[in-house]
Amino acid sequence: MNVFDAWKGKPLDEAILECRELYEDASYPTVRRWREAGGKVLGHFQVYFPEELAHAAGLLPVKVRGATVDAMQAESRFGSYLCSILKTSLELAISKRLELDLFVSHPICDAARNLAAVFARNTSYPCQILYLPQNANSKHAATYLAGEYRRLLGDIEGVRGQKVTDEALRRSIKVFNRNRALLRELYELRRDAPWLVAADEAYVLTGLAGILPREEHNDLLQWILPELRTRPGRQQDRIRVVFEGGFCEQPPLDLIRMIGQSCYLVDDDLLIGLRWITSDVPAEGDPVAALAESYLERSSYSPVQHDLRKPKEKMLLERIRESRADAAILAAAKMCEPGLEEQVAYTRALDEHKVPYFVTEFQETMTSFDQLEIQLETFVENLLFA
Amino acid sequence: MQKPPPAPPTILGRGNAEGAKLVRRWFEELDATARAGGPSAYVFVMGSFAEVLRCFDLPLVLPEINSIQTAVRHVAHEYLNEAEDYGFSPDICGYVKADVAVQLRRGEHPMGRIPRPALAVLTNACNTYVKWAEIWERMHKTRVFTLDIPGTRAADRKSPPGSSSFENDRRYVEGQIRELIALCEEITGKKFDIDRLRRHLGWSNEMNEAWARILELNRGKPSVFNALTDGTIYLGVSNALRATEEGARYFRELAEELALKRAQGIGTVTEEKYRLIFVGVPCYPIFRRFNELFTEWGGSFVCSTYLWFASGGANRGFRFDLDRPIESLAEGSLLSVRDAMDSMFLNDRVTEEMIEEFGIDGVVYHPIKSCRTVSTGLADGRRALMERKDVATLFLESDMMDRRVVSEAQMKNRADAFFEGLAARRQREAAAAGG
Repeated sequence: MNVFDAWKGKPLDEAILECRELYEDASYPTVRRWREAGGKVLGHFQVYFPEELAHAAGLLPVKVRGATVDAMQAESRFGSYLCSILKTSLELAISKRLELDLFVSHPICDAARNLAAVFARNTSYPCQILYLPQNANSKHAATYLAGEYRRLLGDIEGVRGQKVTDEALRRSIKVFNRNRALLRELYELRRDAPWLVAADEAYVLTGLAGILPREEHNDLLQWILPELRTRPGRQQDRIRVVFEGGFCEQPPLDLIRMIGQSCYLVDDDLLIGLRWITSDVPAEGDPVAALAESYLERSSYSPVQHDLRKPKEKMLLERIRESRADAAILAAAKMCEPGLEEQVAYTRALDEHKVPYFVTEFQETMTSFDQLEIQLETFVENLLFA
Repeated sequence: MQKPPPAPPTILGRGNAEGAKLVRRWFEELDATARAGGPSAYVFVMGSFAEVLRCFDLPLVLPEINSIQTAVRHVAHEYLNEAEDYGFSPDICGYVKADVAVQLRRGEHPMGRIPRPALAVLTNACNTYVKWAEIWERMHKTRVFTLDIPGTRAADRKSPPGSSSFENDRRYVEGQIRELIALCEEITGKKFDIDRLRRHLGWSNEMNEAWARILELNRGKPSVFNALTDGTIYLGVSNALRATEEGARYFRELAEELALKRAQGIGTVTEEKYRLIFVGVPCYPIFRRFNELFTEWGGSFVCSTYLWFASGGANRGFRFDLDRPIESLAEGSLLSVRDAMDSMFLNDRVTEEMIEEFGIDGVVYHPIKSCRTVSTGLADGRRALMERKDVATLFLESDMMDRRVVSEAQMKNRADAFFEGLAARRQREAAAAGG
């Protein structure tokens, strides 16, 4: 079944508008339609989740990434000094805007690792932690992770009420490989011709992967990429920037739009979990082992994974170099411990390599960007007229 | 039943005096190592793997304890300011920032000089451990080993030893321990001696057993030690001297002292009217005063989740099997560190058990800005607990390091109101029993 047809048959700009409205709709209409048709839903908290496991079982994997909602009920479940995404994610669950059949979180940070227990105390469906390996450099990590995926798969099968075959998993891997390839194309287009796809457009198109059946998302991207490439547009004299700091809590869409109006946003780590695996997962052999191995060996980086092979500041410098960026925006969500800690390493590395940067904090629920806009424009003007 | 003869005066109070002395001596040894330019291993309280590291004669530095010392000695703000000037946010862990300043000061610390890390070993019991170690990696090119210990997946789904899930985790932990041993051999140039590991595990066995016994002794009335103040001294020794002969002796004698107090009905200095649980991390900037807010009303902290998780789960009293030391270390670490994590993330269940076992009148929650691992789930844990149990609770937010967010006057008002509520509750219960 299709849960999102509104873009079909429309001109590009109107189709993008439909996509944006869907992405910002905190009532999760696509998830609701899926459930109304009898489908089951697995919600997974940021950052990465092996969605193929849920997809192969016929569940809709949904990325739980907070929302721009007032956390009226969830606020009282948490104390102070915490990031917003925890509260709004729980609010989605308590208010039943987002109804799930299984919730999975990961020990990505000190705050989020509490989330499975908090969700379990406030919802009626099973909630659990997927323990992705924190020692990515152990030669035992991949074997352990395959075992952990099999354990989780057993729980997913319990929700679905039927076994998942290796063949179903391989089919899902192919669907997701196609999706990853299309997302890479979208990002390549942003790098090569950022005047053809605005920052907020690329962000929305990526983010829909977290709330649509992946086949539908593939259809959307397959149609829209050629449209974007052939849309009229002209290169402007803007600086090229990389945005770093959107691996978990997401900045408001208007903030991304504002950045895109001041400069070309040519790469970022926004919703990096959807693009965590950087090349095709082998669709032959043991599919669970292939997914586990890919998490470790074909993957991006983020402040919540320690891997001796991927020092974050080195990876950021590579991202800047590969995207031919002139500068970086080093953002962190308010109260985000890993993000705030990483900012220190990033600024020092960029100083050393003489890469200009702009440091800021954000919150998903912020609505006023005037001050930030002035600061960013001053930063950009300094670079342009230096 | 005849009462045992009075204890010799030297035994009572020995644990606290001796504990403070041992911790001071440990810092003196670290100072000597630093001045000689010797290497050290930086480890954390929730899974130090001291048993392995001691086989390679690596002096252990516990940066969490270093940071606590700056707070209780009222100089933490100097260290925090220095780290914030360096670029760290006011909103991150104060322990980390105090340590950053120690590193920037080339080890200068109120208790002496702290040696540089040749190796850092950390578990994932706290994610900030990982971020913290990355700082040393960048500053000193320290070798970092994350010993990943998967925790409980869901409150009602603890995988027991022997289950496929547990075995998957255990094999992973065991494999990493073997990798850690190889790394220690490489760094120190020393060959691993499994008999030495047996000896260190044996001393840890004694410490674990005594620790569990000590915690249990406070189930009786009156409590024989204050879980917040005395308990923190014991914790210091437990972590600093883990897997040593001296640590084993200390805990043997401490258990003996407290057992004697129990037998003789000797409590703490507080006349115990209300038995309390402390949930969270202590308020180190006003450590003694914080405790007095409660003892002044006859409130005694008889147990705490802190003594559970900050001992790395030693409360389980796990006994390592010396016939298969590495396998057993993997199993024990998995069970103990997992238990430490449960004490934080499943705080409502742990607290509920404590209420029954320790005859509790009230629960004091102390979530802090610095530690989201411990604090994030406390408000909801409290809500869930209060739905299940008719127990008085108090929720005080402040910090373990940063005095800028510690408001003593506000805390006192809240604590006073809490005790007035406890007194009223007791009167109602007495009236109901009488009527």
